Amino acid sequence: MRPLDIAYMWDLAPVIAGYIPLTLFMAIVAMVAALALAAILAIIRVLKLPVIDRLVAVFISFFRGTPLLVQLFLFYYGAPQMLSFLTSINGVTATILGLTLHFSAYMAESIRGAILGVDRSQWEAAQSIGMTQGQLLRRVILPQAAQTAAPTLMNYFIDMIKGTSLAFTLGVTEMMGAAQKEAAGSFLYLEAFLVVALFYWVIVEALSVGQRRMEAHLGKAVAR
Amino acid sequence: MSCEIEISGLIKTFGDNTVLNGIDLCLTPGERVAIIGPSGTGKSTLLRCLNFLDRPDAGRITLGDLTVDAARADKPEILALRRRTGFVFQNYALFANMTARQNIMEGLTTVRGWTPEKARARADEILGQIGLGDRGDSYPSGMSGGQQQRVGIGRAMALDAELMLFDEPTSALDPEWVGEVLDLIRKIADGRQTMLIVTHEMQFAREIADRVIFMEGGRIVEQGPPSQIFGNAQDDRTRAFLRRVG
Repeated sequence: MRPLDIAYMWDLAPVIAGYIPLTLFMAIVAMVAALALAAILAIIRVLKLPVIDRLVAVFISFFRGTPLLVQLFLFYYGAPQMLSFLTSINGVTATILGLTLHFSAYMAESIRGAILGVDRSQWEAAQSIGMTQGQLLRRVILPQAAQTAAPTLMNYFIDMIKGTSLAFTLGVTEMMGAAQKEAAGSFLYLEAFLVVALFYWVIVEALSVGQRRMEAHLGKAVAR
Repeated sequence: MSCEIEISGLIKTFGDNTVLNGIDLCLTPGERVAIIGPSGTGKSTLLRCLNFLDRPDAGRITLGDLTVDAARADKPEILALRRRTGFVFQNYALFANMTARQNIMEGLTTVRGWTPEKARARADEILGQIGLGDRGDSYPSGMSGGQQQRVGIGRAMALDAELMLFDEPTSALDPEWVGEVLDLIRKIADGRQTMLIVTHEMQFAREIADRVIFMEGGRIVEQGPPSQIFGNAQDDRTRAFLRRVG
C-alpha cells in the first residue's frame, strides 16, 4: 500500500476545475432542451392526441429502455454513417443531443404523472370560466404539475451532470477526459479519478442544498 | 315575459344510466330558480351540462342570441357559452396556484383579454363585495371553507355572466361557514342576477327563489313559486321528498 499523493492531487485540482464550465454548459443546455421537449411529450400523452401519442410512447420506451452510452455512440459514431449531414457533429453537440433525448423521456413520464395528479376540479374550474385547452394547461395545470415534479426533475438534472462524464467516450476533453489524460502520463489513476469524483460530489451537493432551499421556499408560498 | 335562457329537450346518459331525461326550462331575465330533489336525480348534472362540463347527448341551450345544439356544438360555441355562464362549484375548486385576487382576475385577463391593471381594479372591487377586501393576497390553502367559496363566487361574478349556476354551494362547508356564503348569494340574488341554484337548504330556497323546481329521475316533476312547492305541492313525490328533508 502506498500513501495518496496529496500534492499531486492539489496540483491537478485547478486543471480539472478548468473543465467545470464545459460540464455545466452541457448539462444546463441539455436540461433546458429536455424540459421543453418533456413538457411537450407529456402534454401529448395526457391529451392522448391520436397517432402522435403512440409515436411518443415508442420514443419514450426506446430512450428509457436503452443505455445512455449506447445512445451516445449511436448519435456520434453510428448515425453519421447513414445521415451525411451528421458527419460534422462534434462530441459536445452529440452529448447534449443524447442527454436531451434520453432524459426528456424520463422527465416526460414525471411531468405526465404530475399533470395527472392535479385534481380534476382544477381542469373543470378553468373550463368553467371559458379557458381554452392551451390556456388552462399553461395557467393552471402546468404550474401546479411543475411544483409536484420539481424534486424529481432536479434529481434528473443531477443525473445529467454526472452523465456528461460520458462525453469523454466521444473524445470530448471534459473533467473526466482531462483526468484520464493526466493519469495516463503520471500513472496516478487513483489520485486523478479521486479528484474528479470529489468535484462531481461538490457540484451535486451544492445543487442539493439549493434544491432544499427552493423546496422550502415553494412550500411556504403554497402550503398544502 | 320572454325567455332569457331557454333549455329544451336536454338529455344526458352515462352508459346505460339516463341522468337527464328531457329537460325543458325557460328563465326570464333576473329570475332566480332553485332546484331541489333527492341525490342522484340529475340536479348537478343539469347544471354541469349547461356549462358543458358534462356534454349533453341531445338538446338545445339558448342564452340570449347564442343557441348551442348539444349534438353539434363545436369548441367556439362551447367556449362562448361558458364565458356567459358563471359556475360555482360545491368544492370551491379555486386555482391552487393563485391568490384570491388572481383567481378572480384570471377570467378577465386570460379569457377576456383585459389589461392586468383593469382586471386588478375589478378584482379588488369584487373582493370588497364578497367581504374579503383584506384577503386578496391569500392563497386558497390559507383560507377557511367559507372564504374559499366566497372567492369561488367572486370568480364567477367577474365574468358578468348572464346566468349564474350554483352547484350545491354550501354542501361541502362546515356548518359555521354556511351562513356567510348564503348571505353572499342572497346579496347577488337581490341584484336580480339570473341564477339556477341546486341546494339542500330548503329555507334558503324558499327565501330567495322566484321559482322552485323539484327534480326526480332526471325529469322536472313539479315547479312553481316557493309558496306553492313548500306549502301546497301537487305531486306525491314532491310531498314525500319534502317530508323526508322536513
